[in-house]
Amino acid sequence: MSYAIEVKNLSKHFGALRAVDGVSFNVARGDVLGFLGPNGAGKSTTMKMITGFLEPTAGTVNVCGFDLAASPVMLKSKIGYLPEGAPAYGEMTPLSFLEFVGQIRGLRGARLQERIRDVVGKIHLEAVLHQRIETLSKGYKRRVGVAQAILHDPEVLIMDEPTDGLDPNQKHEVRTLIREMAATKAIVISTHILEEVNAVCTRAIIIAAGRILFEGTPAELEGRSRWHNAVTLSVSADTAQVRAALVALPDVEAVEERADAAGRARLTVIPRPGCVPLPAVQGAVQARGWSVTELHVEGGRLDEVFRDITTQSRAARS
Amino acid sequence: MSNVLTIFKRELRAYFATPVAYVFIIIFLFLTGIFTFYLGAFYERDQADLEPFFRFHPWLYLFLIPAIAMRLWSEERKTGTIELLMTLPITLWDAVLGKFLAAWCFTAIALLLTFPMWITVNYLGDPDNVVIVAGYLGSLLMAGGFLAIGSCISATTKNQVIAFVVSVVICFCFIFSGTRIVLDFFSGWAPQAVVDVISSFSFIAHFESIKKGVLDVRDVVYFATLIAFWLYANTLVIQNRKAS
Repeated sequence: MSYAIEVKNLSKHFGALRAVDGVSFNVARGDVLGFLGPNGAGKSTTMKMITGFLEPTAGTVNVCGFDLAASPVMLKSKIGYLPEGAPAYGEMTPLSFLEFVGQIRGLRGARLQERIRDVVGKIHLEAVLHQRIETLSKGYKRRVGVAQAILHDPEVLIMDEPTDGLDPNQKHEVRTLIREMAATKAIVISTHILEEVNAVCTRAIIIAAGRILFEGTPAELEGRSRWHNAVTLSVSADTAQVRAALVALPDVEAVEERADAAGRARLTVIPRPGCVPLPAVQGAVQARGWSVTELHVEGGRLDEVFRDITTQSRAARS
Repeated sequence: MSNVLTIFKRELRAYFATPVAYVFIIIFLFLTGIFTFYLGAFYERDQADLEPFFRFHPWLYLFLIPAIAMRLWSEERKTGTIELLMTLPITLWDAVLGKFLAAWCFTAIALLLTFPMWITVNYLGDPDNVVIVAGYLGSLLMAGGFLAIGSCISATTKNQVIAFVVSVVICFCFIFSGTRIVLDFFSGWAPQAVVDVISSFSFIAHFESIKKGVLDVRDVVYFATLIAFWLYANTLVIQNRKAS
């Protein structure tokens, strides 16, 4: 099966700076790939190369069978792209802006109007359709950018921070939209927001200093956390005693203690790598008759995995 | 070709979406009037032609055309819309031509609005209207040359003020290279061939015959070549600097 996006050994050097350094990955239809990384990691630069804005220093990009170097215009026609910051012509209205982009995309007449109606309805732009874009709020501007990207119903959708600057409701809407479109499209989004990876992505790539440091499913990413499968519980008993008992359990690496907002002690049982300590913890609770007010299994802390992966690479380089 | 047209329409509409267009047109009409009737001594000459009207066009264009051209690419670079534009399925030439033609068309509109001048001269006397049409065409052609320079310079910077100032300086060189001051400076020591080359680069020299109503093929070729050269340079600049 051929991938919708094939990126091989992509590099971009700005003078001595290797902004992107030998990045390779594929995205199939039905995939939503999350691009994670610290600021300046090369996420945007990679997207700019895939969409044909920046010329790669080395490497190849192929989108829907079209090679970037050989047929850039065909490649661009297959992609819907939301650039970083969602730029748009401020003196235009969202309607005239969408008409302009639609015409360039080859949409005409009734078909163009139908697509605009469809997209405007999906993204809820009706209220501002005839207002100048420069007068719109940040959230609306971002949505105009998203509307422009999906107007021609592209096979490949690339969005640089699609939910940046949106309020929680708007974020939810855009994520729902991405999930709805995911079935038939290959989608790449970049984000700072780690919860977004769990919310919409089927795969994640962590990139730092221009290199891919992790590639896998969001579950695999969580699996890297030492908190993955950890058990957090609040016990109304002598904490030191409980702690000692828990540490003695077989699958347990360590037990950490933190006070919650109400001042009660919460214990987190950290598993040994690959172990699931929940049954043992439950057994201990029942055997000793502790009264437990709270008990849940942690999914894994993405921010901590993210920090680990991206700072390790920095340490390794220096 | 349809992409050029789409971009052309968007750009032309952008001029009229802000007060820039109206301010420009009013100032242009006002200044052409002043120059023609006071400096050009339109009445005193007692001749039924528009020579005093066309005579000052190079100097008017020197400041007004860079003002039209400065936003063409600088603004796209500053606001980041250049990334949007250049990732749409168009070629570089589509974008450069569409924008240039829009600016040129805008200039043509401003120029056409000087028609009361033509009515006046026809009312007062019996001018050779073919000569006047040739003058208008030549003036428009020269405006195209100024615009191509301005468009290219505008692509080099995010700052419209810098684009304006640098364009004015370059356009000034193109005008000034045909004046006595420059030519006398060179004719003292440089071979005649060099002097001729310098003078042949001048807008003034090529506009000289045009404003008298003689639309010489050589002058047309000169301006056409000039426009093509600067637009080509424009594509190179964008290709290399669009992201910086």
